[in-house]
Amino acid sequence: MSSFGEITSAKGDIAGAGQRPGAPSLAVAAERRASIRLAAGLALVALAWVGAYLALRPLADVLTYDLLRLSRDSHLGSAVNFFLYDTPKILLLLTAVVFAVGIVRTFFTAERARRALGGRREGIGNVAAAGLGVVTPFCSCSAVPLFIGFVEAGVPLGVTFSFLIAAPMVNEVAVVLLFGLFGWGTALLYVALGLSIAVVSGWVIGRLRMEHHVEDFVYEMAVGQLDAEERLTWPDRIARARQAVREIVGRVWPFVVVGIAVGAGIHGYVPEDFLADVMGKSAWWSVPAAVVLGVPMYSNAAGIIPVVEALMDKGAALGTALAFMMSVIALSLPEMIILRRVLKWQLIAVFIGVIATGIVSVGYVFNLVL
Amino acid sequence: MLKIQVLGPGCANCQRLETLTRQAVAGLGVEAEVEKVTDMRQIMARGVMATPGLAVNDKLVSTGRVPSASEVMALIANVLAEEDAGS
Repeated sequence: MSSFGEITSAKGDIAGAGQRPGAPSLAVAAERRASIRLAAGLALVALAWVGAYLALRPLADVLTYDLLRLSRDSHLGSAVNFFLYDTPKILLLLTAVVFAVGIVRTFFTAERARRALGGRREGIGNVAAAGLGVVTPFCSCSAVPLFIGFVEAGVPLGVTFSFLIAAPMVNEVAVVLLFGLFGWGTALLYVALGLSIAVVSGWVIGRLRMEHHVEDFVYEMAVGQLDAEERLTWPDRIARARQAVREIVGRVWPFVVVGIAVGAGIHGYVPEDFLADVMGKSAWWSVPAAVVLGVPMYSNAAGIIPVVEALMDKGAALGTALAFMMSVIALSLPEMIILRRVLKWQLIAVFIGVIATGIVSVGYVFNLVL
Repeated sequence: MLKIQVLGPGCANCQRLETLTRQAVAGLGVEAEVEKVTDMRQIMARGVMATPGLAVNDKLVSTGRVPSASEVMALIANVLAEEDAGS
């Protein structure tokens, strides 16, 4: 008990260092006022968000048909209306979801994921890793240190891969665009399939016993422990979520605008069933072709999904479209180049092969079922 | 003199953090050496699994994100205050 007392009093000293007696209570009051202001600010922003969202439809209609005087039946009218409605809608949704995910991500760190997965059996480990891959903050530029850290901590290779596959594939930007342009069903389907591919591909790679195809230096590296964990307050978490909004929305909005503009053009001008022969269900080769086409394309979900949505309107099958999206998002050349630093080329080839097979199967299953 | 290290293999975020750190040092008016650590061995030895990392006088103060300029200033000031209290 005495040691606990010492710790608390030591903390109190640091917090109160240099302050007059009585100052802490003032600080507490100021902190409370700041929290109330923050909560009120958030509530106001949420209200403004709802208002803006509700105003989207009438605003787009007034702009297109009354201000620009375009006819409701014309190609140009429908393309412009589509663009004016969908662009702000997606940006609003993106802002809200990135903020919410930003809050969730402050509860997860790579260290916590490593601790949760270290020494875990395959199977359950793959499932846990895919889930953690989605919620843990991750940037493909950190793939190498993360890989080394996981492997050194005794996370099985296949489990590590489940994490590395799920992290980029199931991301909030893709989910928002799928929800905004296709609806809940497709968004959920994408998440479920992305997680399944991550789990199964990781498990398969684990079964293949490829440990010796990891670059040797990875196993020789000494990995330290972080000194201490950050303690975050709610205002900290909110500040970080706002930073995530600035960063992510700030980065992807041009892709959203261009993607929806291209999509609107396709909607308005490309004839119906134009793609039925090449991207329809009847063309069996279209699924693998879509995957192969997707690998060198390094776009993000924001740019590619509006275009795919428009293509589906012109006769492309959902399975083929999903396969193309997953391939563009999950299999990117730059990430392979980054991972080549820790993986020998045989393992890179297996990595690409296993994921591509998974995506192609998903594409076929969808074309068959739906 | 302060020793500040930016840990990261040289990605865009690491460069942004380095620039911000230099700005923060200038803003605080402290004497500091800002060093970039790109060697993966050193980065891993510190336990940094999410880059970029920021260390002030060998104390790791941030990982996996690019804090804002004002946050970097606060992080540096915190370490200085702790060292003052300790000595």
